[in-house]
Amino acid sequence: MTLKTRIIPCLDVKDGRVVKGVQFVDLVDAGDPVEAALAYDAAGADELCFLDITASAENRDTIFDVVARTAEQCFMPVTVGGGIRTVEDIRKLLLSGADKVSINTAAVNDPDFVSRAADKFGDQCIVVSVDARRRQTRTLGGANASDWEIFTHGGRNPTGLDAIEFAVRSVERGAGELLVTSMDRDGTKKGFDLELTRAIADAVHVPVVASGGVGALDDLVAGVKEGHASAVLAASIFHFGTFTIAEAKAYMQDHGIPMRMD
Amino acid sequence: MTGAVAIIDYGSGNLRSAAKAFERSVRALRAETEVAVTNDPDLVRRADRIVLPGVGAFEDCMNGLTAVKGMREALEERVIKGGVPFLGICVGMQLMATEGLEKGTWPGLGWISGAVVRLEPRGGLKVPHMGWNTLKFTQPHPLLANIPDGEAGLHAYFVHSYHLATTDERTLFATADYGQAVTACVGRDNMFGTQFHPEKSQTLGLSLIENFLEWTP
Repeated sequence: MTLKTRIIPCLDVKDGRVVKGVQFVDLVDAGDPVEAALAYDAAGADELCFLDITASAENRDTIFDVVARTAEQCFMPVTVGGGIRTVEDIRKLLLSGADKVSINTAAVNDPDFVSRAADKFGDQCIVVSVDARRRQTRTLGGANASDWEIFTHGGRNPTGLDAIEFAVRSVERGAGELLVTSMDRDGTKKGFDLELTRAIADAVHVPVVASGGVGALDDLVAGVKEGHASAVLAASIFHFGTFTIAEAKAYMQDHGIPMRMD
Repeated sequence: MTGAVAIIDYGSGNLRSAAKAFERSVRALRAETEVAVTNDPDLVRRADRIVLPGVGAFEDCMNGLTAVKGMREALEERVIKGGVPFLGICVGMQLMATEGLEKGTWPGLGWISGAVVRLEPRGGLKVPHMGWNTLKFTQPHPLLANIPDGEAGLHAYFVHSYHLATTDERTLFATADYGQAVTACVGRDNMFGTQFHPEKSQTLGLSLIENFLEWTP
């Protein structure tokens, strides 16, 4: 008996609709995040992640309805990220049916927000999203800095914060899990930034989810074996049917990684 | 089977998922059971089954529960004296303990002797214990009937940093292996508790909930 490595498909949701289309044959409405969630639930995904990229304030509430409708039909853990600024945002998501929330920009701008959220809802439901890019020149971060810097706004805005230090501080403040995304690799299908993933996973006592860049099943294996991740997150390889969740699980299992096959 | 299940709402946790999982199990059993999420002690008194969910810190949950006027009294009256079937989930299960040692020392309901202590897994394993693990049943129980355990068994979804270290092995029903024997299920008489989340544990969870709905302790 042992804890299994998790596979987490991630759905980008904008104004209540899936953005990067999910191409499953059986879906009546491929743009409906709830339909996609149900398909992943049936396919054996270990958790589900919704990333809300709704830009306009008036459509922000659409995510609550998506989460609520998902929770009515899906009996699997759901994490929601994107646009979370306040303790009230978190409460509304949890009451809608989310199990965990992923915090990014707010954790950068106001580190105490992580503490307040963890005190209120427990460490286990606070995920801090560590969006990092490799520095162009080492000296920019100072002598003691790592090779990576934290970015916000989908990798566009540099913050000057060292990624490893940010990760360690976030856990000290109460993050129960870190979602580590290489903004260099995101969307490239070249595989995770394994050095980044491992540097953070080895520096903290909480689980790390590897994210950004998966193009092949070997990338998932490497994320766990070389990146030391507890879970792997991917979007397009699953959405576009390149691989099914079952194929990914079987492949990882064949490579010696314990997976949940029921 | 008819009657009503009261899921206690004391401001902690994801009650929608729990309620939906119970409603689905009621449908699977073709039963007429009503599932109510409530903070009304009188409704709890009238319920045929009681569920206490909970996520967050031990102290916050205990404070939340005692802050609902009359709720603790209603619980003790129905569960301890009335023998109504009771299920505690996650921190709701931990609250059954004598005390909790998370961020201080706090008294629990005192139904299961033992303390809620931090996980200390061997081998530098990550805490929280987060994800899917199999179970090992330490003794049979009606709520665990027809659920395969062991290496090839079904998985349950855990997310926690503390667990209930029971001092009476007769109250321990299942463990999970995570660098230590993690308490997964406790119980005695008409009460049962799961550290994992049945409402998030797909097949295993829905089976356990169905077993609870049919349980006649």
